[in-house]
Amino acid sequence: MPELHGIYAVWKRELLVYIREKERVIGSFVSPLLWLFVFGSGIGGGMYAGASGSGGYQAFIFPGILTMSVLFVSMFYGLYIIWDRKLDFLKEVLVAPVSRSSIFLGKVSGGMTDSLIQGVIILVIGAFLIVPISPLQFVGTLLVLALLTFFTTSLGLIMGANLHSQEGFALVMNFVMWPMFFFSGALFPVSQLPSYFEPISLANPVTYAVDALRTIILGQSLFPFYLDIAILSVFSFLAAVLGVISFGHLQQAK
Amino acid sequence: MAIISCKSLTKQYGAKVLAVDKLDLDIEEGEVFGLLGPNGAGKTTTISMLCTLIHSTSGQASVAGFDIKKQPSKVRQNIGIVFQEPSVDDLLSGRENLELHGMLYGMKEQDRNARIGEMLELVGLTDRANDLVREYSGGMRRRLEIARGLMHRPKVLFLDEPTLGLDPQSRTHIWDYIRRLSKEHGTTMVLTTHYMEEADLLCNRIGIMDLGKIIALGTPRELKSKIGEDIVRLRGAVDADKIRKLKFVRKAAQEDGITTVALVDAPVNLQALLKVVGRVDSVEVREVTLNDVFLHYTGKEIHKEEGEGGWFERVARSGGNRA
Repeated sequence: MPELHGIYAVWKRELLVYIREKERVIGSFVSPLLWLFVFGSGIGGGMYAGASGSGGYQAFIFPGILTMSVLFVSMFYGLYIIWDRKLDFLKEVLVAPVSRSSIFLGKVSGGMTDSLIQGVIILVIGAFLIVPISPLQFVGTLLVLALLTFFTTSLGLIMGANLHSQEGFALVMNFVMWPMFFFSGALFPVSQLPSYFEPISLANPVTYAVDALRTIILGQSLFPFYLDIAILSVFSFLAAVLGVISFGHLQQAK
Repeated sequence: MAIISCKSLTKQYGAKVLAVDKLDLDIEEGEVFGLLGPNGAGKTTTISMLCTLIHSTSGQASVAGFDIKKQPSKVRQNIGIVFQEPSVDDLLSGRENLELHGMLYGMKEQDRNARIGEMLELVGLTDRANDLVREYSGGMRRRLEIARGLMHRPKVLFLDEPTLGLDPQSRTHIWDYIRRLSKEHGTTMVLTTHYMEEADLLCNRIGIMDLGKIIALGTPRELKSKIGEDIVRLRGAVDADKIRKLKFVRKAAQEDGITTVALVDAPVNLQALLKVVGRVDSVEVREVTLNDVFLHYTGKEIHKEEGEGGWFERVARSGGNRA
């Protein structure tokens, strides 16, 4: 059974470390902003302006880029435990009398916090420069992002717990993170993909996060909102179960 | 009753590498027990199993009365550990490291704060408590780790190579803390080391480990007295058989024109020895060290290089033996 004090201690550590690693915080903003402003305004200039409804292409990809930024931050956060284990930071926690589920949940809440801080900043930038949103839309967006980051942080932690070398980073990035991003409909409507790619998009949980965010921010949707949330919740639940199991098996790497 | 008890404790990696081989060991409450051995002897693996960080392959062990397999959480509540490699957070201050540790162990805020003060005082870091660990020296980090390991009042403190990589001065400091802890608080400590003088100086009892087994066990004095008290090395033509007949000689061996004699009470008996030997080119007298003991049991020296290779080196070594 998870213990609250254990979750809280792990979370607090993650937060303290996060606010002191300024390079990591600043570095993680650059690429979403590049996507949004350079890619969004350059490529999108005339191509999708009509096809994607009101607000133009930049507005269309805004929910997608928001998703991408939290997706990358949270997954990298999870993968970070490969380092933690190599550098012994994790041992202190593994040898403490708290259950592995507490450690896992503490880590997940730490990763969620990191990526949501980033999400809020990008959301605020976007709300001022691209799509104005109401406070209600803001809260709704955060709730969807929280659900998404719960899933993606868990996924990163599961992979981090089962991988043993840094090469795992590149592997996961190329075979998990980029595909999850490209097949999610973040940059173009899923319906524009060739039909043989459609099953991949439909099996990709990130697709539903993008759709849910697009529903809230732009009022455009492919699937009903409740379906998006239900599917994300199922994926999150499965990831949490797998994560607790992976952490249960976690041993000192040596 | 023994506070740590191992019965046929075994850790096997893969099909062939036995990191720890049917270890039987009892450690009494209040003892400072040393596991001494070369890199890859299985010291760290043994400690990791007792700390519930890795699963044992077979056998049993209990720590503070709890089974390491069945009650890992109870074991963890009752132990503290100072790891071989630094495990304090660089980006946190010394105080924050201790605070998070206390939280993880479920200590109440009031108790936690009082204890943080005590621990910082104990290891002499009160002045630097609010600095980031990044700014600490290697010795200070190690002291902080000792403070952290003790913070939740464990019954047993494990120290894995506590002075590895430290300069001589910091090493002496750490030794002082360990001795004080043992004397003033009666904490049971289990430490691993490949420094003989460290084991000799700190430990009430030592288990000499090699290839996953404890090959000799006893107080430093007992271990040394098994092969004599002093060593005399003679260079020159010497009749070893004649020496072996002397009452005070325990052992005599010859190699490359040097005769190594283990004997009792060299200051008294040296003259008698030299009388029998006759003329030699040179004489060297020194006390028996644990290295001699190790050499006696294994026929090889304890490696002096830094670092613990663990089982990986064992793989390399076993491969080498087959070739």
